Amino acid sequence: MLIRRTDQIRSSEITKESDYLSRRKFVVAAGIATAGLVASGRLVAAIAPAKRQDDKPNSWDEITQYNNYYEFGTDKEDPYHNAQKFRTRPWTVKVDGLVKKPAEYHFEDLVKPYKLEDRVYRFRCVEAWSMVIPWQGIPLAEMIRRFEPLPSAKFVQFTTIYAPDQMPGQREAILPWPYVEGLRIDEATHPLTLMVTGLYGKTLPNQDGAPLRLIVPWKYGFKGIKAITRISFVDKQPLNTWQAANPNEYGFYANVNPEVDHPRWTQSSERRIGQFRRQRTLMFNGYADQVASLYAGMDLRKNF
Amino acid sequence: MNRVRVVRPALFVGCLLPLAYIGWKFATDRLGANPIRELEIETGLWTLRLLAVTLAITPVRRAFGWNWLVKYRRMLGLFTFSYACIHLSMWVGVDWFFAWSDMWGEIVKHKYILIGMATWLMMLPLALTSTKGWVRRLGKRWIALHRLVYAAAITGTVHYLWAVKKDTFFPLVYLAVFVLLLGYRVVAALGRRATARATGDCLGGG
Repeated sequence: MLIRRTDQIRSSEITKESDYLSRRKFVVAAGIATAGLVASGRLVAAIAPAKRQDDKPNSWDEITQYNNYYEFGTDKEDPYHNAQKFRTRPWTVKVDGLVKKPAEYHFEDLVKPYKLEDRVYRFRCVEAWSMVIPWQGIPLAEMIRRFEPLPSAKFVQFTTIYAPDQMPGQREAILPWPYVEGLRIDEATHPLTLMVTGLYGKTLPNQDGAPLRLIVPWKYGFKGIKAITRISFVDKQPLNTWQAANPNEYGFYANVNPEVDHPRWTQSSERRIGQFRRQRTLMFNGYADQVASLYAGMDLRKNF
Repeated sequence: MNRVRVVRPALFVGCLLPLAYIGWKFATDRLGANPIRELEIETGLWTLRLLAVTLAITPVRRAFGWNWLVKYRRMLGLFTFSYACIHLSMWVGVDWFFAWSDMWGEIVKHKYILIGMATWLMMLPLALTSTKGWVRRLGKRWIALHRLVYAAAITGTVHYLWAVKKDTFFPLVYLAVFVLLLGYRVVAALGRRATARATGDCLGGG
């Protein structure tokens, strides 16, 4: 065994004391940081359950400060900050197309005949996060009964207000404005489909789509068009905005489906806001027993 | 006068500040409703920022003649790698909580994860061979190996670009910055080659 003699070590190989100390400090700092992260992760995980979690409603703050509403900016907290001064009155909703009674309704007249219902629904964003939200509103089926669509009406198309003076995002070409969405007539008249006017029994906040938005709980959240000013009955499938923006990634049906991934990320699991662990995503967002029959025989991979 | 005595610890602390800031935001619940996602985003952004600072040393040093900057490049490079490790550990340990088969699925099915993983893997040998011993051991090959940092800058930015839903503005800004930092080197190398040819010196480095 050759033992190196001290005179064989060049002085240039001897670590300068300052380097030695700074490298040690670095390693120690990195070690503490890593240990701390691992420890805190495991500690929180030990407290939180590992499987699909309860559907406890999310808090008012979570629901009103974490929004995708690109008309008000693309950061999650932009709508909360930028929608404060958005004017929701006076508000008119034009109902037209293949209906017996086309009309322009003032918001108050539109909602007056109905008793508002409280519905707690799971909400699943296409970005793979989710919430549970206590909406308040009117079943769209009841509104449609009033409008009396013609037999030729196969789809319902919704349009958001175009107000670039109030909506900074509409001044940028992020999406083709105004936002458009659509449903097949049987999806629109399904008992779960809700026209929302309130949250937690209070008036719907601006950043959540006031004064009137759509909620279709078995579909990805982008189907839930906000600040609706027009409802049209048409015979051709509407070109919804996210599909127009990116047809390989966003389709018309947008049913929550853990078996069909987004091209760039998985849809088989989701982050429930407020929970530490991911949970698996349910087919049709857990509403399969109520809606699966609408899609019997359809290839849900093609019709995503 | 030993500027190093002041600059080195100051730079060390400076490089830890973003981490402290992120930690403070986490501890005081300032990361919003989806803190795990914010942690991933913030640690990823700081990796790219530190990488840009590391790659800016050569152009700045050549432009101003500040050769003393080179002394700090290794520390900046290692901090870049450290932030990349923290970013990766957020994904592995916090987002997916060590669900190895789910993560493997993500890596093979989703290109933004694959390219992110490739970026980290390219940075790993650079961190491991950052010591003087390795510089000596590898000689000319060390320089060739460390050119991987250019590839990592591009793949790291593409990882960011492929991860955003629609808002490609900032990823494209980072891409522009790295293209400039790398472009500088290409232009400088071409310039040296032209000079070498002009002076008949075919042994000029490229």
